[in-house]
Amino acid sequence: MSYFLQQLINGLQLGFVYALIALGYTMVYGIVKLINFAHGDVFMVGAYLGFFAMANWALPFPVAILVAMVGCAVLGMVIERLAYKPLRNAPRISALITAMGVSLFIENFTNLNFVFGPAPRAFPRPFAVRTFNLGGVSITNITVIVFGVSILLMVALTWFVNSTKTGRAMRAVSMDKDTSRLMGIDVDRIITITFGIGSALAGAGGVLFGFAYPQIQPLMGIMPGLKAFVAAVLGGIGIIPGAMLGAVIMGVVETFTSAYVSSTLRDAVAFGVLIIVLLVRPTGILGRPGREKV
Amino acid sequence: MTQQSNGVLLSVKDLVVSYGAIRALHGISFEVGEGEVVTLIGANGAGKSTTLNAVSGLVRPSGGEIRFLGRRIDGKPGHAIVRLGLTQVPEGRRPFLGMTVRENLQLGAFNRPKSEISETMDRVFKSFPRLKERLGQTAGTLSGGELQMLAMARGLMARPRLMMLDEPSMGLSPILVQEIFSIISEINRQGTSILLVEQNAYMALRVAHRVYVLETGEVVLSGTAAELRESPRVKSAYLGE
Ligand SMILES: Nc1ncnc2c1ncn2[C@@H]1O[C@H](COP(=O)(O)OP(=O)(O)O)[C@@H](O)[C@H]1O
Ligand SMILES: [Mg+2]
Repeated sequence: MSYFLQQLINGLQLGFVYALIALGYTMVYGIVKLINFAHGDVFMVGAYLGFFAMANWALPFPVAILVAMVGCAVLGMVIERLAYKPLRNAPRISALITAMGVSLFIENFTNLNFVFGPAPRAFPRPFAVRTFNLGGVSITNITVIVFGVSILLMVALTWFVNSTKTGRAMRAVSMDKDTSRLMGIDVDRIITITFGIGSALAGAGGVLFGFAYPQIQPLMGIMPGLKAFVAAVLGGIGIIPGAMLGAVIMGVVETFTSAYVSSTLRDAVAFGVLIIVLLVRPTGILGRPGREKV
Repeated sequence: MTQQSNGVLLSVKDLVVSYGAIRALHGISFEVGEGEVVTLIGANGAGKSTTLNAVSGLVRPSGGEIRFLGRRIDGKPGHAIVRLGLTQVPEGRRPFLGMTVRENLQLGAFNRPKSEISETMDRVFKSFPRLKERLGQTAGTLSGGELQMLAMARGLMARPRLMMLDEPSMGLSPILVQEIFSIISEINRQGTSILLVEQNAYMALRVAHRVYVLETGEVVLSGTAAELRESPRVKSAYLGE
């Protein structure tokens, strides 16, 4: 029983990190119907920014998270303006191929020796790891931080999207761009902001990932990026709570598969879940045709 | 800002709009004066919505010019045009279905200061009291007539000087059509100029001061509503007399 709870905690921790990435996929898809394949690489850049902030500039970890969020927000907005905005009226496949190109560019550029370099780096611990024992389940302070920061960010995002003027504009733009323009909404600006917010969350996810699985390298974004994308589809792409739910399911399924079956099977099972859910519910768990999307 | 003489709010000159190879407007001209209700009548496909969308900056004209308060607005992005005081209530109402009535109205006031929104809402409820009772409901639960009211109320939230309405009577029962048109007249009496696009020529001619008849992208007739009601061409083609 305590082994089960332990694995559940581990699964949730992984799931929360996936959720922070999946939110960006789902928000961007909701608003421009684009699968931003470069999103996993933004997550990786976030991990490196957190690394530099702590290891080189000796900043405390909350500041490191902020540095990563701001840096990734800027990166995400620059990618949108340079790579995707010129293709807004082009066939969707052009933007999709461009997204793959941006992804490959970031991976290969950061792989260069004078950028991040290919060698993996050990992510600094923000503080000495301490383990608390709660009824046979051990929880580290790292886990507490990952849970706390992810939940805080997800609550903040939900509040932002549902209760602020800009959030309302994001929902409007995701539903009907022309009518949004008739309301006086600068649609291009809202799209850029959406990329910024999604990328900031991925940046925070990168730093938390570094805390929890303390080794980073330039290709580290590929697998979590793919899993988070699957999570977004699983929950219903374009739907914010769907991304959170899908990500938690992915994290838990993956962790349980490694714990109870075999760690070599964990990716296969995780993607298998996607296939089964999509066969039963093609729009994802929370997706309904015509449902509001952001 | 050069206010044009004799109170012209909107002036459209030789407007040409094409969708790819299809030319939808072949150089139309019309004006809306301060305080007027002007209507553009025409059959399905005549180019009425295209005209409004060009004025609103949603489609780019390939020729001609559009002036609002004397200033060129063609080529400006849609959101900037709304800020000048020119809003459109689009064909088909286009509500934000998943959002509440309140959120829809708030979006209508997107560029207005937050401090004035509740006052504007109260003013709008005088014309649309039914919406007040439905503030917390999602737009998806409203009836067709209520959705048209919501679309008009949302347009008014921007406090426009000129409101353009695209076929507000579409799909509504005769009683609702009457109600909608009397609200349009009332909005005009309270100081908002109106550019109304309609297939329902009978009703449009009753509320309008001046009329333009649009056929396949060209203005073929224009005059005061009283004049056009007597025109044989209008009588046979649009009033079924
Ligand atoms: N988005 C579009 N793409 C191509 N053709 C269009 C588009 N919108 C309208 N048209 C064409 O332009 C003409 C005018 O259409 P529209 O302005 O919608 O007419 P109305 O509003 O008077 O019914 C029609 O022939 C229509 O088929
Ligand atoms: Mg039309």
